[in-house]
Amino acid sequence: MIRFIATRLALLVPILLAVSVVVFVMLRMGQGDPAMAYLRLSNIPPTDEALAVAREALGLNRPYVTQYLDWLGKALRGDFGISYVTKRPVLGELLYYLPATLYLAGVSLFFTLAGSLPLGIVAALKKDRLPDHVTRLFAYVGVSMPSFWLGFLLVYVFSVTLGWLPPMGRGGPAHVLMPAVSLALMSLCINIRLIRTSMLENMDHRFVLYARARGLSERTVVGGHVLRNSLIPVVTAVGMHLGELLGGAVVVESVFAWPGVGRFAVSAIFNRDYPVLQCFLLMMTAIFVTVNLAVDIVYAVIDPRIRIGAGEAG
Amino acid sequence: MTGLAAFLRRKTALVALAMCLLVTGMAVFAPALSPADPNATDLAIRLENPSLRHPLGTDHLGRDILSRLMYGARVSLGSAAIIVALVLGLSLMVGLLAGYAGGPVDAALMRLCDVFLTFPTFILAMFMVGILGMGLTNVILAIVLTHWAWYARIIRGLTLSLKNREYVLAARAAGTPPVKLAARHILPGVFVQLIVLATLDIGHMMLHVSGLSFLGLGVRPPTPEWGVMINDARQYIATRPLLILYPGLMIFLTVMSFNLLGDALRDALDPALAGQPAESEAEAAPSSLRPEVGP
Repeated sequence: MIRFIATRLALLVPILLAVSVVVFVMLRMGQGDPAMAYLRLSNIPPTDEALAVAREALGLNRPYVTQYLDWLGKALRGDFGISYVTKRPVLGELLYYLPATLYLAGVSLFFTLAGSLPLGIVAALKKDRLPDHVTRLFAYVGVSMPSFWLGFLLVYVFSVTLGWLPPMGRGGPAHVLMPAVSLALMSLCINIRLIRTSMLENMDHRFVLYARARGLSERTVVGGHVLRNSLIPVVTAVGMHLGELLGGAVVVESVFAWPGVGRFAVSAIFNRDYPVLQCFLLMMTAIFVTVNLAVDIVYAVIDPRIRIGAGEAG
Repeated sequence: MTGLAAFLRRKTALVALAMCLLVTGMAVFAPALSPADPNATDLAIRLENPSLRHPLGTDHLGRDILSRLMYGARVSLGSAAIIVALVLGLSLMVGLLAGYAGGPVDAALMRLCDVFLTFPTFILAMFMVGILGMGLTNVILAIVLTHWAWYARIIRGLTLSLKNREYVLAARAAGTPPVKLAARHILPGVFVQLIVLATLDIGHMMLHVSGLSFLGLGVRPPTPEWGVMINDARQYIATRPLLILYPGLMIFLTVMSFNLLGDALRDALDPALAGQPAESEAEAAPSSLRPEVGP
């Protein structure tokens, strides 16, 4: 087990390095001339002379490899540069907004699991009967609905018409309800389909037939044998859902004026605030990678087949 | 052919196909069908209720809603079509090359895929739009760059499983050059599954495009686009809620039709992909586990 975790952790290093190279290359590709941007923001007229001085000062005359190593070294120390707009270190700015986004994504993940487990199980147990049809229809509707539209529909019903819930901002538990539902619906519905498929597949296995042959109650067969095995793919999906929830949060935050990193990042795009964007991408990717690593480990704990397979390969 | 016959026998498949054709027809014939110029503003008739002249009313600049919805279909379907074509082209090149060449080429290309799969897709797409600049072209480019790796991996897996089939080996023994071998003997086997996957993904890509446009990063006003229309209408949610309802309904119905069509195609043409994929290549991402989530 320890070996498995160590292998996974070791694999993380080259992947994150490669990620940083990709981010660096993209930054240099599209950014235009950083020296020009620097001068504009410092209110210095961009003469050839001033540009040359700025290039020297920013280290742009050095080879790309040196520039990359310098950038990486700073990034590892948490120095992602200064925001062009607020003139403060971007890491601090993003960390200020991050809790709101994690809170929203966390509540959404809870809704996803709490909603999809009962619905997916019922759909599988009542296959081809009314509950299954209703659940599948719901799942179809859910995966096709744009979260921002759903958000506005909820605002119209529960804020404008009924006046039950606050339409925007962050505050008590009532504030998070509509944003989290809008964000969660898509993953919830994907999860329903995943659980249903997985359960139906496991029900065909011989160990289920054998359990039934032993005269075990339906409850024991389904709860003890089918469900436990069916949850394994759901665990893997959690990591992916979180990645998509973080991405989707950007859009939902815009609908509900939720004060998270997503809204900050969108305004950074409008302001061409590149250091913020770069830090935003790296931060979200780091969260995504870490969660998936944790999922991998949980997966290996509950399913020995994975652990042994990976141990041999690694 | 039996697959196609089975497809046409399903009622949901036919309904989905009809809806997809309807939206496509709307996109193609928008200039002929639309009652007014989608960009003609007239502040004298802003936020008007439905009338004979403007069957769905007008927006905050007095533009005809129905016409804008129809032209919006062009942007949604057009960008989705371009994205799918580019993603398939790029991933076919990478996937076939990796699967067929094997060895260090394969290893290098797959590690490159791994890197792209490490990022959360929507956030990477946002970052790229931020770096490249806003606009529909860059949104399309960003979505292509964030999605090709999934396909490349699947194509590589399929290529690997096909390349040692007897008919391919026979062709190879007969001296068929590699490029022809890939195009004539491997590509057809990969293609059916690829079409299914692409159809399943079109809705997801449309949601990406409209989501980025809603944020103001994609299609620029005044071009009619459904996501932009929702953003335009948000401040009138209390007084003119229908302005938000219509474009969202268009996105929703279009995405759902393509999802239904993809599912029906999968069930009919490719039983192996239907439940949990029983693929020999464990590395090919199981389609049911792919994050299909959009904004």
